[in-house]
Amino acid sequence: MRKKRNKQILAVTYLFVAVFLGMMGYTCHYAITHQQELINNSYNSRQEILVAQNTRGTIYADGRQVLARTQTDEDGKETREYPYGNMFSHVVGYASNGRYGIEASANYYLINSNAKLSEKVANDMAGLKYPGDNVVTTLDVDLQQIAYDSLGIYKGAVIVTDPSTGRILAMVSKPDFDPNEIEKIWDDLLEDQESGVLLNRVTQGLYPPGSTFKIVTALEYIRENPDSYSQYSYQCNGRFTLGEETINCYHGTVHGYEDFGKSFAKSCNASFANIGMQLDRTKFADTLEGLLFNQELKVGFAYNQSKLVVDENTEDADMMQAAIGQGTTAVTPLQMNMITCAIANDGMLMKPYLVDHVETHEGNVIKQFETASYKRLMSEKEAGVMNELMQEVVKSGTGTKLSGASYTAAGKTGSAEYNSVKTDSHAWFTGFAPVEDPELCVTIIIEGAGSGGDYAVPIARRIFDAYFE
Amino acid sequence: MELYITELSKYVITLFIALYTLECFLVFRFQEEERRKGIYIRQNFLMFLVHFSCFLVICFETGKIEYLLFYILQQILLFATIMLFRMIYPRGNRLIINNLCMLLSIGFVILSRLSYERAIKQFFIVTVSLMMSMMIPYFIHKLKFLKSLTWVYAGVGIAALGVVLILGSVTYGSKISYSIGGVTFQPSEFVKIIFVFFLASALSESHDFLRVAVTAVLAGIHVLILVASKDLGSALIFFIVYVMMVFIATGQWVYLLLGVAGGSAAAVAAYQLFSHVQVRVQAWRDPFSCIDAAGFQITQSLFGISSGGWFGLGLFRGNPTAIPLVEADFVFSAVAEELGIVFSMCLILICLSCFIMFMNIAIKLQNEFYRLIAFGLGITYIFQVFLTIGGGTKFIPMTGVTLPFISYGGSSILTSLIMFFIIEGLHIIRQDEGDRRAKKKRRRRRTEYEKARDKEIETDEAGEDEEEEE
Repeated sequence: MRKKRNKQILAVTYLFVAVFLGMMGYTCHYAITHQQELINNSYNSRQEILVAQNTRGTIYADGRQVLARTQTDEDGKETREYPYGNMFSHVVGYASNGRYGIEASANYYLINSNAKLSEKVANDMAGLKYPGDNVVTTLDVDLQQIAYDSLGIYKGAVIVTDPSTGRILAMVSKPDFDPNEIEKIWDDLLEDQESGVLLNRVTQGLYPPGSTFKIVTALEYIRENPDSYSQYSYQCNGRFTLGEETINCYHGTVHGYEDFGKSFAKSCNASFANIGMQLDRTKFADTLEGLLFNQELKVGFAYNQSKLVVDENTEDADMMQAAIGQGTTAVTPLQMNMITCAIANDGMLMKPYLVDHVETHEGNVIKQFETASYKRLMSEKEAGVMNELMQEVVKSGTGTKLSGASYTAAGKTGSAEYNSVKTDSHAWFTGFAPVEDPELCVTIIIEGAGSGGDYAVPIARRIFDAYFE
Repeated sequence: MELYITELSKYVITLFIALYTLECFLVFRFQEEERRKGIYIRQNFLMFLVHFSCFLVICFETGKIEYLLFYILQQILLFATIMLFRMIYPRGNRLIINNLCMLLSIGFVILSRLSYERAIKQFFIVTVSLMMSMMIPYFIHKLKFLKSLTWVYAGVGIAALGVVLILGSVTYGSKISYSIGGVTFQPSEFVKIIFVFFLASALSESHDFLRVAVTAVLAGIHVLILVASKDLGSALIFFIVYVMMVFIATGQWVYLLLGVAGGSAAAVAAYQLFSHVQVRVQAWRDPFSCIDAAGFQITQSLFGISSGGWFGLGLFRGNPTAIPLVEADFVFSAVAEELGIVFSMCLILICLSCFIMFMNIAIKLQNEFYRLIAFGLGITYIFQVFLTIGGGTKFIPMTGVTLPFISYGGSSILTSLIMFFIIEGLHIIRQDEGDRRAKKKRRRRRTEYEKARDKEIETDEAGEDEEEEE
């Protein structure tokens, strides 16, 4: 009897020991994995301690050009400098007035200092702050410059990535601002609700995708008809009518007899409305989910979710609009770029990232961000088919302004109508080069410019030309 | 210069505390106190080093000489406690007294860092409480009538809690304390001990169904008064102690199951009935969604814990005073922030080693009353540690109880000291029991030996040895 009850005391002892070990494991894990997130919380007063103790680190481009640095004058007053002014305004962001861009996402690294102890001691003696850690980004100043200049006075966005690694090489959003002046212009920018100057249109701008969305529609069609999609044919008379709803081709162009490839290359709305009506809406919803629509993204910067909800209850009229990227569909240039990257990289999307590594002010690497796969968006075979379709766009379709170069390119244009006035459309292009072994993947949107083939493709050409020639 | 000291001391302090903690568990390799002597001496040395290095940093960081004087006073107090205890109670358990002093010194360090005035106040409370409670082992040993006060315990406990409910002042939304002549008492702390005595005496007399039912009613009254006072943490401690003690006294798993089922039902009912329970559960599940209100404390606590990293920011290098109630309910977060996660894990392990030692003593006690007291106090202690640390780290919802010996607060310190010294008393009783048994055994062996010699028959002692080792 005694012995038995002692067994119960032992059982209770083991129970508490187990609970405590669980609690210890949980606490360690939580504290270490949430360290950065918690220090960045605006309710956490500890970042002020770090800011008071360390000089904010420098942000570098891939080629070691300074994108942001802190200068301290003789009185100890600190100013944050952005040598490139407006060029990197959104992607690098600003460090005051609430923080934005890399200044916000890499804030934890910039305000910490891993300088050598002896150096910290020396700084203590001299009454200086410790040098904060530096952040080296993946951004390429030359590509950013070309993208920035090409967009000119238009509003819009350009993103350039390396599809095989996910490195973001350029990210331009216009209208822009000068981060050097942020404190002075802040109130004006906040008042100006219309133009959304502070918004990074690449990651947060939600646009109708227009014909670039035909990539998704086409992918769904070949998924549902893997053996017979090549036998598809359609006679285009410039419009597609079902019930009371009519879909017109861009500028009412009559494309005549088309197969699947030509429908895509010529971006025939009527044919794609026809294709859209043949799609299984439940499966289409699955594909959308597989392409990261309507969900949170695992990326290290601020973004908006791209939206398009399709299910078995979707009306025919809405389905026709969805198939050609109009209606309620809203995507970010980032989302379009990610899908394009997956096609360029045999179906595998690499996780897009902006920060390559963090180093001390002496250049000792503290944290290296590795290339990582994000998710397989489509099979290798599907990516191959899509790649060919997109090559045909450049060879004989709406993207011919990219043909005849020393490199090969592929892509899809779009002219997204955003109001009832017919002539107004956003010019889109998303594509990559060279097709054999893609190195660059660009996505461009120019607000209200006109057709993608006329306005967006030339910008892609300038970027590719500069990079490959 | 001070930077070298702060940076280096982080690792040195962590190393010392880790070694101390290791010794806490190496103790259990040996059964007799005699053989643990070397460990205890090393522990005393390591305690001194941890305490000294922490105050060295504090002195360098603040540059104030009064900290040095304060440290010397603390060192004298702790040294005197250990030496006096050894002299008065040569048969006492030294792991418990070492851990007690280690925890007290961690408490002094972190309170000195958080608020010098409070640390001074705490120091006086500790000194007086130590002098008072140092006598407890003697009384536990001598006073045999403690076992027969069963219903008195229940009456006193209920009355003390009832008085608070009616007259108590409201602190942070719960009525838990009242003041007599400027001294604030928190009776639920002391009633915890009386409650364990009540259950131990009631259940050691008899543990049939009727007795369990009667104690259930009386325990229920305790818990309900505490719930009415909105002191949920204490209510939970009383409940768990009751269930566990009934389980151990009766040895029947069905009571444990009933207790768990009843507790879960009560928890659900409390959640449905009381909005302040819902608020706390919400603040636990997603503190960031209500960071302005109910989630503020817990998120500040998490900021503190996570900002320190493995080795801490160093004393005076963090910002633990941003956490509301940091000296009392969230002192663990302050320790984790400035002394590091490793240090705070060692702190948990030291508490755990106390608990294991308590259970060890309970197992070896022959007298059922004392056995139940040792067990009950052990559960009270460890469950309180669990509630406060678990609450501060978002492992469980926050209940607002203190961390024994470390948190600021007179009632908490005195109660914890009384508990530990009662266990010391029980340890001495156990050794007396052991002596008596050993004497009996020797006598029996001698007679058996004589018989065997007379009859020239070998006796088998092995079987008996095994029984004695239990």
